[in-house]
Amino acid sequence: MPHPFIILLGKVVRGLARLRGGGSALPGLFVERLDPQFIQKTLAQLPEGVVVISGTNGKTTTTKMVVSLLEAHGLKVFTNRTGSNFTRGVAAALLKEIDLRGCLDADVAVLELDEAHAVKFVEAVQPRHSLILNVMRDQLDRFGEIDATANLLATLAKSSSQSVVLNREDPRVRRIALELKNQQVSYFGLSNDLLQHFPNDDDLRNQSVKTTKRPPAEVLLSAYKDDHATFTIGNKKYETSLKITGVYNVFNSAAAIALTKVILTDDFDARKTIVALSEVTPAFGRGEVFIVDGQPLELVLVKNPSGFRLGLKSFPASGYATMIAINDNYADGRDMSWLWDVEFDDLAKAGVASVSGIRAYDMALRLQYDEVPVTDVNTDLPAALRRFIGQNKTLPKRIYCTYTAMLAIRKDLRKSTNVEVVS
Amino acid sequence: MSKAIHILQLYPDDMNIYGDHGNVLVLKRRLEWHGYTPIVTEYNVGDAFPKTVDIVIGGGGQDSGQEKIHKDLLKIAPKLRTLAEDGVPMLVVCGLYQLFGKFFQTSKSHRLEGIGILDIETYGSNERLIGNTIATTEEFGDIIGYENHSGQTSLGDSAIPLATVLKGAGNNASNGHEGARHKNVIGTYLHGSVLPKNPLLADFLIETAVVKRYGSFTPHVIDDSFAEKARGVAAQRPR
Repeated sequence: MPHPFIILLGKVVRGLARLRGGGSALPGLFVERLDPQFIQKTLAQLPEGVVVISGTNGKTTTTKMVVSLLEAHGLKVFTNRTGSNFTRGVAAALLKEIDLRGCLDADVAVLELDEAHAVKFVEAVQPRHSLILNVMRDQLDRFGEIDATANLLATLAKSSSQSVVLNREDPRVRRIALELKNQQVSYFGLSNDLLQHFPNDDDLRNQSVKTTKRPPAEVLLSAYKDDHATFTIGNKKYETSLKITGVYNVFNSAAAIALTKVILTDDFDARKTIVALSEVTPAFGRGEVFIVDGQPLELVLVKNPSGFRLGLKSFPASGYATMIAINDNYADGRDMSWLWDVEFDDLAKAGVASVSGIRAYDMALRLQYDEVPVTDVNTDLPAALRRFIGQNKTLPKRIYCTYTAMLAIRKDLRKSTNVEVVS
Repeated sequence: MSKAIHILQLYPDDMNIYGDHGNVLVLKRRLEWHGYTPIVTEYNVGDAFPKTVDIVIGGGGQDSGQEKIHKDLLKIAPKLRTLAEDGVPMLVVCGLYQLFGKFFQTSKSHRLEGIGILDIETYGSNERLIGNTIATTEEFGDIIGYENHSGQTSLGDSAIPLATVLKGAGNNASNGHEGARHKNVIGTYLHGSVLPKNPLLADFLIETAVVKRYGSFTPHVIDDSFAEKARGVAAQRPR
């Protein structure tokens, strides 16, 4: 167990960082410096071990789902809820949860880790189970290439001591199974009917979905319409309503079920799982809804072409006022190329009321080439947001935004007195 | 029906990263806006090579994509060479830029022979050149884009650089030039996509193709004000 003095110091730094209003990672960084094995020692206590979730899209919401499903089965779960999915974020979250003797009151840890950090993390802590969601072109300027990203995920999978859950519909993820010798491999997937609605990275480019030979899946999303989904678990079908929106989140709920099944083995209760799943709400920023002047305003986080494209497919544009806010800060990715891998035809009929963010003109230019009409273009985000709300008072609104644009918009909305936060 | 212009898109299945799709879209739309009918043919490994080609366009790929298309590219090389010598305009970005050169020696000390339309040689390196880039030319003004490559390219005696780098790295970390040019073949490392924010370059490809096919080109007025403003913002952004 970590030294009590280090724990105490870490907790003090955490308190100070919070007073300063600073980020969640600083105390984690501090305690990692003092005791490089802090995370390892603390997590070693957990009877059900450590579970790691990684992939490009949907980590945060999937992690939230898995935590809820395990809790519904009576487990105490430690997780890195803050969305700070780097090791120091894990250390910071641990600092908050442990007592001064270093005891962590939990049965299992379910951690969301960024691909590159997952590799660093597993050098220190061996996960018992891992779940690989997908590999999409995201932040290529950070990781280099998509195949390199797949290799990072393969390293994570190989480090798992018991089992690995893979997306059978993503060829780069499915291929990881070939490298696994000592782990039990299971898959989540889609019925053939649904396959065309969930293009993987290659399909997104090729404009067609190729049905290839796939291994049998432990959990299938077999039907999905509006907010109703049907899952096939084993050979039984379960239908449920969902609070989670967006087709990719719904697909990832099949992943969450499959992982839960692997963790719980004989204790897994499909009925209980489905009931718990129906209550899960989207994670921070992913489909968050505010009420502004009596009308809903929905934020949709977009960070890569596949996510943006699936977002556009998930939410019909008619009847809504649409805004798009694109920043290019480090956390968003500096390269604007990705906007050209998204088709915006779905917005052509309704048009886009406002385009903003640092790269507003790149976005407006992109829309020009899909012949989508744009009303306002303004790089000043707070001004554009005010105008967007003011000019569309009677309509429900939707804003597609990159990460730092989303943070700015949330901050702005929370300042307004006429805004109610719903979820 | 208005006059047709045939665009040949090389290997969209395997060489398509960093928004290279945008370049084809820009050519397609601008041709329409100028009053022509664009006909895009996607050429992938094993396809029949089309008879009529007015513009050739190709994008970037990962190492695995380059390996996949390599044999096929060597097979169609004589056809591409004839087109290039004949003055057909071409734009090749990143991965296909490298393979339009003499060779690409990948980091694993493994050499991919190129098709030699451009007199350039590329060596893989451990250094990745990434970031917003501005490179200036006499013919097309400043070209604004984003580079992301670990190949370091040097120009042979008969190669002409496309541009001089004002910000960023370009062909390699030391020489200060970007891309290469042979007749109407343009090779570059710039993504962004490169054509949307550089309409002069797009219209050069279009005008060259139209003049070659129909003898003359009368451009229509296209509103490039978003492109102008996007260029202004991009030029001010950190690397």
